[in-house]
Amino acid sequence: MTAVDEGLKSELQKQGVFLTTWDQLANWGRSNSIWPLQFGLACCAIEMIATAASRYDIARFGSEIFRASPRQADLMIVAGTVTKKMAPQVVRLYNQMAEPKYVISMGACATSGGPFHKGYNVLKGIDRYIPVDVYIPGCPPTPEGLLEGLTKLQERIKARGFGAAMSEKQGEYRVPAYGPQGLLPRYSPEVWQPPTQHPFDYQRLPAAPGAAQAGTPSAPTTPS
Amino acid sequence: MLPALEELKTAIEQQLPGVALALEAGVVLVEPKDLAAVGRCLKESERFRLDYLANVTAVDYPPERMDVVYHLYSMAHKHGPLTLKVKLPRAKPVVASVTPIWRAAEFQEREVYDLYGVVFEGHPDLRRILMWDGFEGHPMRKDYVPENQNAPEPA
Repeated sequence: MTAVDEGLKSELQKQGVFLTTWDQLANWGRSNSIWPLQFGLACCAIEMIATAASRYDIARFGSEIFRASPRQADLMIVAGTVTKKMAPQVVRLYNQMAEPKYVISMGACATSGGPFHKGYNVLKGIDRYIPVDVYIPGCPPTPEGLLEGLTKLQERIKARGFGAAMSEKQGEYRVPAYGPQGLLPRYSPEVWQPPTQHPFDYQRLPAAPGAAQAGTPSAPTTPS
Repeated sequence: MLPALEELKTAIEQQLPGVALALEAGVVLVEPKDLAAVGRCLKESERFRLDYLANVTAVDYPPERMDVVYHLYSMAHKHGPLTLKVKLPRAKPVVASVTPIWRAAEFQEREVYDLYGVVFEGHPDLRRILMWDGFEGHPMRKDYVPENQNAPEPA
């Protein structure tokens, strides 16, 4: 990657000659000029609006122009609860965005369903249908949190080769349809897979080694 | 001021022969067949003039009962709320729509129909309002089981 020795590079810099690579130059421009898509789904959008306004000033990071059309945007900030009714439209907007494109999942709802996790009408995470680059925790995240997420995304963009960014995430992602109970399919297997074990289901966690022998009678053992 | 509930009950029963109301913890219980007549009387009589329907909702009491609840106010007399309740059989909850009396009931009755499955007879456009067409079941009923979103999909 480094065609020019770092020492030589800094020596040349002192003489007023600046050297860089195509990747660095392109990623520098790309990461400091992210155009978010202008849409909000729930209360997280209020924090997103605050981030865009004068006090938190997302313009310092070059992302102040929220575009109302997906054709002119390259960052989707999923700000808020994604209901089952709204999810197909969100995926369709993502499909219509120009490449290379990025997704920030802002807040607990967009990431996992949040407080509506057990509800009948809420999608348990937008990452079931589209690839998410940065997840921001919080309910809602503060504007500082969103800025931190944006900075993380910039780091990600800078760490990636120019060509790699162009070739990944191409093509259309599957737009779910409305079914009798929820969305069909329930997730896109090429993007997301269900957890084999629920992280909060303590009953299904393997018991501690001592407790298992004391409590349960001898279970059939399988030869290993 | 809204008259005391006992007074209101006797006033309506005098005006509408054949109608029997009951009182229960600050709530006026109406028979399903009488709802339209009682509603029109409450709205149009000069004494009450309950011209503003603030809320229509339902309560599910499995296994047998389904209640529909109405909250009424008067903009003209600045009084309210008055709570009306209709007790319906849960297996077949059908009641007259009050949309012809209070237009505000239209969307709220659609919501109750969508989420609880109460059928409002005489409603001009009884469709689902929150869930999509083709959704099965009424998700606010207590026996509704939501889908398992983590159930495996064929790859």
